[in-house]
Amino acid sequence: MTRMTKSTLHHIPRTLQCRQLLVLAATLAAIQVQALAQGPPGAPGRGGPAQPAVPPLVRPPRPVDLTGYWVSVVTTADWRLRMVPPPKGDFAAVRMTPAAIKLASAWDPAKDEAAGEQCKAYGAAGIMHIPGRLHITQKDEKTLQVDLDAGTQTRLFHLGDWKAPAGEATLQGESLAQWDTSGTGGLKVVTNRMKPGYLRRNGVPYSGNAVLTEYFDLVRQSAGDQWLILTTVLEDPANLVQPYTDSIQFRKQANGAGWDPTPCSAKW
Amino acid sequence: MKIPLPFVLITASLAGLCQPAAAQIDLSGTWVGTGQEGELLLGDFTGIPYNAAGRARGYSYSQSQLSEPERVCLFYTQTQLFNGPFGLKISKQTAPGSDKVISWTLGGWEDRAPMIIWVDGRPQPSKNAPHERTGYTTGHWEGDTLVSYTTHMKAGYLRRNGSPHSDQATMTMHFLRHADLLILAAEFDDPVYLTEPLYWSRSFRATRSAVEMLDGPCIQGDEGVPEGAVPHYLPGKNPFVDEMNRVFHIPVIASQGGAETMYPEFRKKIKDTFVPVERCLTCGGRGGPPAPPAAPPAPGAPAPPR
Repeated sequence: MTRMTKSTLHHIPRTLQCRQLLVLAATLAAIQVQALAQGPPGAPGRGGPAQPAVPPLVRPPRPVDLTGYWVSVVTTADWRLRMVPPPKGDFAAVRMTPAAIKLASAWDPAKDEAAGEQCKAYGAAGIMHIPGRLHITQKDEKTLQVDLDAGTQTRLFHLGDWKAPAGEATLQGESLAQWDTSGTGGLKVVTNRMKPGYLRRNGVPYSGNAVLTEYFDLVRQSAGDQWLILTTVLEDPANLVQPYTDSIQFRKQANGAGWDPTPCSAKW
Repeated sequence: MKIPLPFVLITASLAGLCQPAAAQIDLSGTWVGTGQEGELLLGDFTGIPYNAAGRARGYSYSQSQLSEPERVCLFYTQTQLFNGPFGLKISKQTAPGSDKVISWTLGGWEDRAPMIIWVDGRPQPSKNAPHERTGYTTGHWEGDTLVSYTTHMKAGYLRRNGSPHSDQATMTMHFLRHADLLILAAEFDDPVYLTEPLYWSRSFRATRSAVEMLDGPCIQGDEGVPEGAVPHYLPGKNPFVDEMNRVFHIPVIASQGGAETMYPEFRKKIKDTFVPVERCLTCGGRGGPPAPPAAPPAPGAPAPPR
């Protein structure tokens, strides 16, 4: 497998590298500015007040490009909780209230299917953990659309000063997105007004008052692979005695290979 | 006066590449792990892209190896950042007489070896340098993300069930911070036992509580195993190969690991034969329903590891 030149990344003193690059850049810019101030050969000199060689360096939120196809990569600890339906009563790593334990202990997938509620694990707070693919597109200037082949679902992330319309709660809820300025960058998405659903496919419940906060971060690993790290925080005092927090990862694909829309299932 | 766009872009992008130290994220503090590894069984290599050698080495493992003085600490390499029930204590160190940060330290925590991330530009050591449980780690900032690179680890385990990694393994980590959340995203590469890199991510939450480390780094000790023998299983003799099938109905083609087990397509491969466990017998979860008594083992079946 081709490897990124880690020797380059790790063997060059970075501070020295940066200092040299900046000096080089400033020198180039200064030379160019001086040339412009003098004007082209034969041209009259340019007047006006002196301006800085470079624009001020401000650090606005850094939008990252999330668009494209992404595939779940399920490794180690949570494999058996995600790749196959976990057993009834398996609440590992979820701190539940007594009421939630009672609900989850009564989980009956056949009953859900009979009631036409086979999509309860495919709501916003659960679906990202179901192995599959994401297709993220820019629906319009202020909306990211996330299509998921697992359960054939669609989520919409609204950027800017968007206000949720009045109406019934939905499976995917209403999602307000913003570029996160509190740290690394990336996209922060807050979702509420979700219909009650399952955090885990074995009936671990979340209520209609749950609030889901998600952070979408991009990192580039060796061989140039781009990865999407998704961190979710679910707050739901009715069912969780503390927020449920988890991080999972997706790898970017060059195209839609493997895209396989499937219907919701309460049993698989 | 107009500035030519190419020069603006070059200068701006270089400046962006070289963020001043003051703009970087402060990672120091105490962080509590927000997830935990659930039930872990011997022979569970699900989602690990093992090659045949990695699988064979894993199946040769006997839990009794950990009673040997030279192996008692093998679980506590840097992989425990992701799989151990530990938090993080992160501190930074500055050069003498300066506020220039030269390293970040992830303190040891209940047996886990500490990690020092050198960000002063020093190179990795020679490939012939000794390997330690701490490994050797260098780092740099990409914008507000600290990226570290670890080499020179001792051979150890990816999980606490004998799933091996070699001393040639390397780990690249990204430290992603969002307010009081810290996410570690890692690529773990092992040319000896893995066919492709293994990816992990784990989140931690900042705490102001005085969380004290329990004990120091693992100390070698004699637990009474007779000298002259290494507990192991010969090929084909490991009684726990089908443990995941016995407890969770997960077939051996999944529990033996391999790159294909990491991707969604693998679900189709086992869908038609998978029979869900009706009720969890050994699962974790605070306040979960009381587990009914386990069925008695079949005659001749090995006792489950504990």
